[in-house]
Order: sequence, then C-alpha cells, then structure tokens
Amino acid sequence: MGKAKAYAGWAYATPTALFVIVFFVLPILLVGRMSVSDWGLFAGNRGWNAPENFTDALDNRLFWPAVWFTVKYTVVTTVILLGLALGLALLVQESSRWTGFLRTSFLVPSALGLASASLLFYALYSPQASPFPGQISFLGTPWSALWSTVALIVWRFAGFYMLLLLVGLNSIPGDVYEAARLDGASRWQTFRHVTLPLLRPSLALCTILCVTGSLLAFDQFYILTKGGPDNSTVTIVQLVYNVAFQGQNNLGRAAALSILILVALLVLNVLQFRGLRGKER
Amino acid sequence: MKNLLRTPQHVLAGGLAVVFLFPLAWATLASVSPQAGTQQSDGWGFGNYATLANYQAGVWQYILNSTAISLLTVAFTLFASVTGGYAFATFRFPGRDVLFLVTLAILMVPYATLLIPLYVLLNQLGLQNSLVGLALVLSMFQLPFATFMMRISFEAVPGELREAALIDGCGSLRALLRVLLPAAKPGLITVGLFAFLAAWNDFITPLVLISDSDKMPLPLAVANLRGQVMGIVDYGATEAGVVVLALPCVVLFLALQRHYVRGFMSGALKG
Repeated sequence: MGKAKAYAGWAYATPTALFVIVFFVLPILLVGRMSVSDWGLFAGNRGWNAPENFTDALDNRLFWPAVWFTVKYTVVTTVILLGLALGLALLVQESSRWTGFLRTSFLVPSALGLASASLLFYALYSPQASPFPGQISFLGTPWSALWSTVALIVWRFAGFYMLLLLVGLNSIPGDVYEAARLDGASRWQTFRHVTLPLLRPSLALCTILCVTGSLLAFDQFYILTKGGPDNSTVTIVQLVYNVAFQGQNNLGRAAALSILILVALLVLNVLQFRGLRGKER
Repeated sequence: MKNLLRTPQHVLAGGLAVVFLFPLAWATLASVSPQAGTQQSDGWGFGNYATLANYQAGVWQYILNSTAISLLTVAFTLFASVTGGYAFATFRFPGRDVLFLVTLAILMVPYATLLIPLYVLLNQLGLQNSLVGLALVLSMFQLPFATFMMRISFEAVPGELREAALIDGCGSLRALLRVLLPAAKPGLITVGLFAFLAAWNDFITPLVLISDSDKMPLPLAVANLRGQVMGIVDYGATEAGVVVLALPCVVLFLALQRHYVRGFMSGALKG
C-alpha cells in the first residue's frame, strides 16, 4: 500500500513536475549561464563574457537613473495606494446593499488587464481625446508622467488591496472594539491603537505585494510613456527589455541585469519579512 | 442622529464610486461618439470598431488568438493543478514537499528574469511564435496560485468521503473524478477564472515570445494600433480596442464575483 501510494503520488505530480522543471528550473539555470556568456539575440552563445556582462550592465548610462526612478515610483505608489485602500476598506467595512455596490465599483477596474487599463488611460490623457479641459499635460514632463502613471495604478489596484485589507478588518473580533468603546476611546484612538496594530499582518502582506509589483513595473510605462519624456520614466524591467530586444539585442547583458534584479528582490523580501514580522512582537 | 453623522461618509463614498466607474464609462461612450481624425468623425456610431475590425490581420484574428491562448492556458492550468493538487493533498511520496515549495517559488522570481531564458528555450523546443508555447509559459506563471488553491480545496473535502469512495472499489482516479472534483468545484472555477483573466490580459509575455504579427493576442494588437499612420494616433480605435478587451473581463467579473473574491481571500489568508 505504502509503495503503491508513493507511485500514485508521483504519477499525479508528474504534470506539475514537468512544468516546473521545463519552464522554471531550466530557465533559471539557463539565465545563469547566459549572464556569464556573450549571448546575442540572433547570434546565440558566443562564449564566456563575465564579469563584463555585469560591469557593462552597471555602466549603462540609464542603469542608475532607472534604479532611482523605480524606487521613487515604488515608494510613491505604495504609500498612496495602501493609504487609499485602507480608507476604502474602512468605508465599506459593514455589509449592506450600498457597501456591496461600492465594493463592486472599486473592484471593477481590477478585472481589467494592466495593459488594457494603460491603453484606456493613454486615450484619457491624450490632448485630442481627453475629456479633461484644455491644456493639462499629463505625460509631457517627468513629474506629470510619474503622477499620471501613479493615478492609473491606484485606479487599477485600489480595489484589490481594499479586498485584502477587508479580510484583515473582518478578522478583528467585535469584542475588542466593544472593550475600547467601554474604555471611552474616541474613534481616532480606536483606529490608532486597536485597528492598526491588529491589521498589521494584512498591511504587511499588502506592502510586500505592492512593493514587489511596483519594482517590476513594465506594462504601464511601456504603454503610457515609453520611458519618456527624455528617458525619465525608464524602469529597471524596461531597461532589461530594451537591452535584450530593442537595439542592443544583447541577451547576455540583459540576463546579467535580470539576475541582479532577482537577487535584489530576494534580499528585499527577506528584509521586509524580517522587518514586518519583527514589529508584530 | 447616527444616520445624520453618516451622510458625509455616504457622499464621500458615492463620489469615490463615481471616480472609479468614470474611466470605463468614458471609454465606452467615447468609442461610439464623434471625434475628429477618426473614422467616426460625425454622429454617433461604430466607425471606430470598423477601423479596429480592419486593422492588419483584422480584429477577429486577434480575438481568436487571445481566445485560443486563454482557453489553452485554462486547460493546461486546470490539468496540472488538479493532478498536482490531488497529489499534494492526498499522497505521501518522496520529494513532495520540495516539489510544492519549488512550485510556490515561481512567485518569487520576476517575469523578466524568466522571459529572457524562456525566449531562448522555446526556440530550441521549436515553440517560438507558437500560441501553445505561449499558453504553456502562461500556465507555468499560474501554477503557484492554482496548485495552492486546488490543494487546499481537496484538503477541505472530508476524509470520510474520500475513504468511502476507495472502499467502494474506486481507484484513486475514479475517486478524484467522482468525489473530489465535484466537491472542489468552487476552487476549480476560481482557478479557471484567474487563469483566463491572466492569459487574456498578459502583455509582456507575448511581447517577448510572439513576433509574428498574425499570432499576436489582442492587447498587443491594440497597443500597436496606436502607431500606425505616420505616427498619428487613432484614439477612437484605441478606445474601441479597450472596450473589446475589457468587455469579457468585466462580464466574467460580475458573473463570478464571489469566486473572484474568494481567490484573493485565500491569498490573504495564506499571508
């Protein structure tokens, strides 16, 4: 029985194992090899090229500006998005027909693809088609391009994070609020000293998801700004895409860059886990 | 008194709902309203949709591509996550925990890091420019969520039900098909819905893996449409494209909202 069960287990796990090996493990090994090779988009592998791939990647004149812009975008997006999502979650916390309608309204944008949402805002922001009056330039300056993109992302994702925070809010037991009320706590005090601390695990999850997602931003900038004006909105992933497939056609260097991203992201996630877990105590 | 205090809150919430609904409503109206420089230059009508229909290979080709990619992704994802979820939920076998962890680890690796080697790998497998290859890659990206979801769905089925099936002489496959799958139907719907939406909407994966313009999915085609005639952008056709892209997503979302919400909830509980 035991042996037969083990065989059956492996038999059922085979499709998953094949997927994981062929489309995940092999690519990870391959990207490692590519990152130390002179690997052209069309030419293929032309031999060893390390550490030049990494040093060339870091020497790219757009590398540090892209890192800086991506970090700036991530901080702005995370703060605004989670702040708004928390506000929305508090607004629709009780369930009634009215809050049901509100939840649906806030969630509808999250059903759209990010690319579709970006295309929608591309038209919404355009001088010709825009319903907004006159001379507002949404994408013309580095500053406005950043904030216009943040607005798009907030619209697309606020409902999603609201939902995650609602799960957290609903798991706070009612008697905790009752106790706070009996102690004569004001609404603000209750929020500050009861709701926020108990919501920390949900907020931590949202922060990690939002930071990771924003650091890897691509679609929205590829469609809305194309990295412009003057390369002011080039994100790291866009840089990888450009190095690999636009102009330079250098897969080796792009692989090196993407390994750097992977390592940075893993380190950041470990730190975030530690930091956010640590505060729980 | 309590209700009176609530009024500003209602006004604020209602205002926010309008802000969130506005872009979609605007795009829908703008796509059929007159606009200079588009095929719909006077009067209301579907001129922009006609532009879209005649763009390069024609919008039907792109809708067909996107539908094929999405349905294949749903099929591959369901097959792998049902069998895998069943294996993880009910069998003990060497390597089980490692395989499950590696499957979840897909979430930790950025798309960009995987797409560069996948571009090379699919070429070697003869799957470059192939809708099947694209669907296989999109299914791989779905596996962490899907496998996790199916595993907890199967684990939630009471053990007696499973054992009763085995005692009745069902093999493990019949127990899966007769007992577990019907019991895990909500999980199946959630996994299928997420796989469909992800595949229908994905942008960077086909951007990297598909170069043949006849095989492009709809999001790429609509994005490309913007640069066609001497750099002048046809915003009307873009709006029409957005409506065609958004329509199935919004309909599926409204019809299956419960399953959609549950998918996110399980993610939240996991964290």
